[in-house]
Amino acid sequence: MRGGDEMCAVRMNGLGDGSPRRGFAMPGSAVAPTPEVAPVDDGAAPSLAPDAVVDLAAERSATGVDGVLDALDAELVGLAPVKARIAEIAALLLVDRTRARFGITTAPPNLHMCFTGGPGTGKTTVALRMAGLLHRLGYLRRGHLVTVTRDDLVGQYVGHTAPKTRDVLKRAMGGVLFIDEAYYLHKAENERDYGSESIEILLQVMENHRDDVVVILAGYAAEMDVFFRSNPGMSSRIAHHITFPAYTVDELEQIADRMADQLGYVFAPDTRPVLRDYLERRMARPRFANARSVRNAVERARLRQARRLVDGADPRVDRDALTTIEPADLLASRVFDPEPDGTEPGERGTAEGCGSGTMPE
Amino acid sequence: MRITQGTFSHLPDLTDDEITAQIAYCLDNGWPLSVEFTDDPHPRNTYWEMWGLPMFDLADPAGVMLEVDTCRTSHPDCYVKLNAYDARLGRQTTALSFIVQRPEPEPGFRLDRHEGADRRITYTTTSYATGRPQGERYPAT
Repeated sequence: MRGGDEMCAVRMNGLGDGSPRRGFAMPGSAVAPTPEVAPVDDGAAPSLAPDAVVDLAAERSATGVDGVLDALDAELVGLAPVKARIAEIAALLLVDRTRARFGITTAPPNLHMCFTGGPGTGKTTVALRMAGLLHRLGYLRRGHLVTVTRDDLVGQYVGHTAPKTRDVLKRAMGGVLFIDEAYYLHKAENERDYGSESIEILLQVMENHRDDVVVILAGYAAEMDVFFRSNPGMSSRIAHHITFPAYTVDELEQIADRMADQLGYVFAPDTRPVLRDYLERRMARPRFANARSVRNAVERARLRQARRLVDGADPRVDRDALTTIEPADLLASRVFDPEPDGTEPGERGTAEGCGSGTMPE
Repeated sequence: MRITQGTFSHLPDLTDDEITAQIAYCLDNGWPLSVEFTDDPHPRNTYWEMWGLPMFDLADPAGVMLEVDTCRTSHPDCYVKLNAYDARLGRQTTALSFIVQRPEPEPGFRLDRHEGADRRITYTTTSYATGRPQGERYPAT
């Protein structure tokens, strides 16, 4: 402590003069590698000559974008407009990166998105993939996904909402913040609802930290329309309004195939027409929820198949029997009832009791 | 007199990029960070004011920098530091702590020597700044 004044007199180093002191390194110290900066900021290779020519195809293959897009194409059935938009975003990020190498500075693109569409059209599935995708494209630093609903953003008493929302946003930084059923944030019937406070903070961060976090809202089209009408600021700050179309019968059939395949089942050849017929009938029914209904149908067919095997006359089964879904497993469904509005759910054992999963929540 | 407390304090002040890199290092190690500020930088003043709660579950430095920036703008005339806590069993201590803002005039400390019985000397350091009430110690110039 003795003579602290003199001994510790390290020269004040021009605090606040604004000059960046780069090239400062400490041997053997805890200096982390600089986090990857978004490529649009200053790019990988800073400057090219103005007359240089860049091979975009080579750039493209170097980033591995094609792999990501191909995987998306292969793993998700249908959704053509969604895939087209993602391909556009990928192209834009690639071009921006190349522009940055020529020294053309661009503000980071606005990538906030809104997914609207019917129930079960893949909104959540695509959002989950979006984080990884944008990370691989070099837009997001970490590429993690934070999924929240109204409960995580809106507080319960005055002064609770702002810290809660900020906390969620901080956690999502470097990745994607996915707000499912976003229209619940705004409750038009209650003026004192704290949801609007949350929306305000969201808007602020979406505007000022667009290179740190990508916000994806999802919800049903009609409800989201109402939501945007009461929050015009939100609508204009979202660059990508993507509508998820309903699936066609062919697509649903493919989806059913894939779901069955993931579960380790196959449809017997003579199940095909029955499956198609089932899907068509299912689509005509109220509360049809696209892929979610298909998932439930496959699950129920599984149950009926298991019961058929267990209760069957011949207790011996082979591998094929265990993995094959027969027409009977589908035909037992209530959809094939002669009178469509059968009032006694569950009369066929494992038939669609209560239709729990098919409700549009 | 320049206060030298915590890591890096003998170095020139870190730039925001360097602070971001340090935060990234902490987060990569799984250390949650917290922001603290004070206008009483006495070496024995271990407990600075907390700027919000420690930040858990963060993945990216941007979230921490957001808090650092709001703290720096709300308290431009205070010392602000970042603490990183290592919660691993066996360590359970502050792993890294460094100052991210210091007020422009730093008047330093006065050393009082107090002579007691048998010519025994006890020493007291007093910050010149604490002569003024809290909040007015480092007037923005």
